[in-house]
Amino acid sequence: MSLKNYIDRIKPNFEEGGKLQAFRSVFDGFETFLFVPNATSKSGVNIHDAIDSKRIMIMVVIALCPALLFGMYNVGYQHYLAAGLQMDFWPMFLFGFLAVLPRIIVSYVVGLTIEFVVAQWKHEEIQEGFLVSGFIIPLIIPATCPLWILAIAVAFSVIFAKEIFGGTGMNFLNVALIARAFIFFAYPSVISGDAVWVVDHAICGLGANLPDGFTAATALGQTATSAAAAPFDMNMIWGLIPGSVGETSVIAIALGAALLLYTGIASWKTMFSVFVGGIVTVLLFNQFGPDTAVANMPWYEHIVLGGFVFGAVFMATDPVTSARTEIGKYIYGFMIGMVAIIVRVLNPGYPEGMMLAILLMNCFAPLIDYCVVQANVNKRAKRSINK
Amino acid sequence: MANKNKEILGQPIWGNNPVVVQILGICSALAVTAQLKPAIVMGLSVTVIVALSNVVISLLRKTIPNRIRIIVQLVVVAALVTIVSEILKAFAYDVSVQLSVYIGLIITNCILMGRLEAFAMQNGPKESLLDGIGNGLGYAAILIAVAFVRELLGSGTLFGFQVIPQWCYDHGYMNNGMMLMSPMALILVGCIIWIHRAQFKDLQEK
Repeated sequence: MSLKNYIDRIKPNFEEGGKLQAFRSVFDGFETFLFVPNATSKSGVNIHDAIDSKRIMIMVVIALCPALLFGMYNVGYQHYLAAGLQMDFWPMFLFGFLAVLPRIIVSYVVGLTIEFVVAQWKHEEIQEGFLVSGFIIPLIIPATCPLWILAIAVAFSVIFAKEIFGGTGMNFLNVALIARAFIFFAYPSVISGDAVWVVDHAICGLGANLPDGFTAATALGQTATSAAAAPFDMNMIWGLIPGSVGETSVIAIALGAALLLYTGIASWKTMFSVFVGGIVTVLLFNQFGPDTAVANMPWYEHIVLGGFVFGAVFMATDPVTSARTEIGKYIYGFMIGMVAIIVRVLNPGYPEGMMLAILLMNCFAPLIDYCVVQANVNKRAKRSINK
Repeated sequence: MANKNKEILGQPIWGNNPVVVQILGICSALAVTAQLKPAIVMGLSVTVIVALSNVVISLLRKTIPNRIRIIVQLVVVAALVTIVSEILKAFAYDVSVQLSVYIGLIITNCILMGRLEAFAMQNGPKESLLDGIGNGLGYAAILIAVAFVRELLGSGTLFGFQVIPQWCYDHGYMNNGMMLMSPMALILVGCIIWIHRAQFKDLQEK
């Protein structure tokens, strides 16, 4: 525990009246990030759990790791597949690693810088919410997204979706999705279409420069423009298909989901009802929908393609922006699944609707909670009158 | 100019700006600010209309029966809006096409009715003129600020001239498409309000 000793030794410098008092919140942020604070309550009787929000955030980051690692491999796999080169596992992974790493670094540096500056400025503790958002953002964009656009999007979402509402825990919209939505609406050419999903140039001498005009559509993008749905194959489940970095592999996301459910961090009610909502809507469209490829696509394909699973597991269950009441979680999740499929099927401009569905339902989550609570109040009031 | 008049003219331009303090005229601020030129024309039109209708109403204020004052105000504003609209059609046709219905909709701009009701009905024509000009310019200032940012970042141009050099585009710079959509204008107005509240702390809500 030498690190702990070191931190304890330099701590007085940062306390009231110390030399480095101005950097108190930075120090505090690092200290509580590394160790569970041993501060006790000053008044009243309180029970502190060892699991504070920083520990929860770390758990979510761990749950995201399989999706990230697989995503890196897939970025390399797609690149070498497009280049027509046969490669072993490690070169592919290394290529993907080099392609994705700068995006993680930019996302964290920009986001955390803003968080630190705001915390210093407002004399608050540094909050930890960005640990997860900053990790998710690189996973939900294509690996070709230019870094400066990513930096602007992260800055925009941290400032306008989070800090102006009061920081971590006060945002009503999912911060990571706002970053993606910003890119989606401000720079649509880098996040949609056929040309962005596969890295088309060599990185640090690895890989090959693909010919100009190389395209590879996502399966959903293909289906939106063609007469028949892309046929189902196991790669859609393993995740060896073009797409945003972390969203392709159902298996890797399922590993993360298992961890989140086991630790109780994500609500199984939300997660489960997103899938139910999606499947029910697809079945309805299969029966009664328009006669298009995407409406006729079977439900299992709808679920495994695009960001549906990733959104259901990591975004819809965000405890800050989702509904808080237990019944509300079912409604909230169901509506997300439903709206996502409706956007996919009925709006040919947007082959993927998960982002928009979650953001839309984020806005309605407080209303859902309000209705659930009021319904309960009314029920109980009625019961007391009847007596 | 007397100090009081100076205040009547100057206060609405920033300190008591109709858009960022009273949150009036937001709809047109979102709708016409994708480019600088229509924003300036819109701002000037509103300035002229507010100033003149303020003067007219202020002259009539003692003869207007209280119960029909809104209708009288509307008639005056409608007449002025029609005149401005016709002038624009005659002398700046392309801008008037760009502004389309929003010139006509000046009649529903809350700034107008607000100034007529709150100021012109109680004050003389000279003060009313200054108040109208001040409020119109305050509105125009916000429009121009928003339009400047939107056109610069959304299209890379100012007044239709290329400002961001081709060199930047060759090196991967892209215009921000969201700047051309109204939601971004609302966020920009929000930023201006943010700056304004940082300066006038007594306006901050608890």
